[in-house]
Amino acid sequence: MEWKHRHVLDLDTWERPDLQHILEQARSMDELLDRPIKKVPALRGKLVVNLFFEASTRTRVSFELAEKFLSADVVNWSASGSSTGKGETLRDTAWTLEAMGADAVVIRHGAVGAADYLARKLKKSVVFNGGDGAHSHPTQALLDLYTAWKKIGPLEGKKVAMIGDVLHSRVARSDIIAFSKMGSSVVLSGPATLMPRSVEALGATYDENPRSAVRDADIIYLLRIQKERQDEGMFPSLDEYHQLFGFDAALLKHARPDALVMHPGPINRGVEIASDVADGSQSMILGQVRSGVAIRMALLFVYLGGVRQ
Amino acid sequence: MLIEKAKVMTAQDMERILKRMSHEILERNHGLENMIIVGIQRRGVYLANRLGGILAHFESTRVPSGVLDITLYRDDLTLLHDQPVVHSTSIPNDVNARKILLVDDVLYTGRTIRAAMDALMDLGRPASVQLAVLVDRGHRELPIHPDYIGRTIPTSKNEVIEVRVSELDGKDEVVICERGEG
Repeated sequence: MEWKHRHVLDLDTWERPDLQHILEQARSMDELLDRPIKKVPALRGKLVVNLFFEASTRTRVSFELAEKFLSADVVNWSASGSSTGKGETLRDTAWTLEAMGADAVVIRHGAVGAADYLARKLKKSVVFNGGDGAHSHPTQALLDLYTAWKKIGPLEGKKVAMIGDVLHSRVARSDIIAFSKMGSSVVLSGPATLMPRSVEALGATYDENPRSAVRDADIIYLLRIQKERQDEGMFPSLDEYHQLFGFDAALLKHARPDALVMHPGPINRGVEIASDVADGSQSMILGQVRSGVAIRMALLFVYLGGVRQ
Repeated sequence: MLIEKAKVMTAQDMERILKRMSHEILERNHGLENMIIVGIQRRGVYLANRLGGILAHFESTRVPSGVLDITLYRDDLTLLHDQPVVHSTSIPNDVNARKILLVDDVLYTGRTIRAAMDALMDLGRPASVQLAVLVDRGHRELPIHPDYIGRTIPTSKNEVIEVRVSELDGKDEVVICERGEG
């Protein structure tokens, strides 16, 4: 197997065999998570820096766990309390990290293209995009694919219904790309004000009515509604949003009986998802968290485990 | 490029050798009690299955078996040419206080076995670990010695021993290849 990508920035340049390879590697990593000793020596001596300019719990912690389970050395660099707070530019931070010998940098940043910029400034280190603005969140999309694939098998011909704020969501964009590449169809729903101008360009379709969007879906993917969007006038109120688009047991009935319910977290109970569904038997939300560790172990190993030409 | 030089084991040879090794395993352990056969990915897994089948036939009892992938424990990842691929590890039983019979196709430097022992120890504390290999080709770099050897085949470092099993390669045989130009 030859791996041709140098960084993990976005999934738009990946092909289905690339995605499939990472899913299969994640399955091998997943087995490790059930063992009494979860640590393996695979990345001993590798230094990974987690560079987080935005708040993150799941992505940061699961990257850190993945790094530790593979025995890499881990440095956490957060924007507050570091030289970034003193006005250092991203470029100088990048060079500093490389001078310290970082083999890989995981970056989460509010600006679109931050990971891409870092990748261009770094000569040796591998860059993992942990989310850049509203652009891309490739490791989230991979863990979502993995969660669904592990549960229901091949994703070819499956229907994904995604409901919520697609416009501001890097998760939505990356997931639409990833599920489409695996041969699934993606239907978006939610207030028209929260949809990008051309959903077809993303490879999806839009259906304003969540009931018909969800009909016969194999996977329901709910996106987080940020409370700030209400102040911006994107929708009248959180209560009204829940009335119209909130995912509850009544809406779940329209999907296939064994449909999976997914959400990238953190969830807003009573807004985009009702508690009975979030905690129900079809909810994969905690499974996604576990998948996050396995998929990041797979990525770290594929990028740092062998030789790099 | 690998150039095939000689066939050193036919399917029939392999079957006889595995039967003889099975007798040795039974003789040494006075049966199969408390034993788990563990094949090292990938061809070790098929050889472990064969040995398990022969042992079960001789003793009229099932012997538990598992597979071990050692990719994450290797010390030579940076020397590989291809992207390493992690395969499945699955040992159905608790390894604590069990006799483990590790099975691999070719014993060479001993580094794979070192990695396999590390991987095993992370799964528990076996009572003992024994090693069965179909071919011992020499050139050990670590103090590791097999308990059961199918055949000792002296080689040069420029040669490669290819063990082929019908499940993966269509037929059972062992050949010596030479690394050629190109």
